[in-house]
Amino acid sequence: MSILHTVNKSPFERNALESCLKFANSGDPVLLFEDGIYAVLKGTSAEGQIKAALDNLNVYVLGPDLKARGFSQERVIEGVKVVGYADFVDLAAENDKVQAWL
Amino acid sequence: MSEVIKKFLYLNRKAPYGTIYAWESLEVVLIGAAFDQEVRLMFVDDGVYQLVKGQDTKEIGMKNFSPTYRTLGDYEVKSIYVDKDSLESRGLAQDDLVQIAWEDWETEEEIENIVEVVDAARVSELMEESDVIFSF
Repeated sequence: MSILHTVNKSPFERNALESCLKFANSGDPVLLFEDGIYAVLKGTSAEGQIKAALDNLNVYVLGPDLKARGFSQERVIEGVKVVGYADFVDLAAENDKVQAWL
Repeated sequence: MSEVIKKFLYLNRKAPYGTIYAWESLEVVLIGAAFDQEVRLMFVDDGVYQLVKGQDTKEIGMKNFSPTYRTLGDYEVKSIYVDKDSLESRGLAQDDLVQIAWEDWETEEEIENIVEVVDAARVSELMEESDVIFSF
């Protein structure tokens, strides 16, 4: 059984990401979108959390939300995959459940 | 117009698009600017993301209101402050932010960029010396 975890809140304002990473099972996909995208940018105080998560989780970020907020793929931490809306749908379909960390 | 000029500080702490705060703040700033008050904008915490340059919202189907920040100088907003610690903890530098020019129509005095990165002590000072603080 696999769960797609989604986080749409800024890691600097809420603990949604922290809880998500704490409870996600090894191998689960984690998709960051909307204000959640700020977590995967290089050089932030959340960088350590994401790098540690990459050891046992698949981390994705929604490209359109990155672009909307003024960030290009080059600003994203290595190992995090930038995906589009169609990939979001695929991830939701491929996994047994979706847990949205609001 | 009233003869008493008050110092208005708009304190912005939210990222754009995820919530309506940033846009609402901008709307109120533009309305307030019509009342001949001394208007200052402060960006702290996730509010600094409002000024990130190169925003492109085509694919999320929302209005890109970031170009409006660059016109604030034309609305006689002369002071825009950004908290240094908030920028640094987000891996950002002044280079990542839009530039906002200001020009005095009468004297033709020009300032190329009124966006000023300030330290925490200065943020406190600016809050203290303002007559009114609007929180977003």
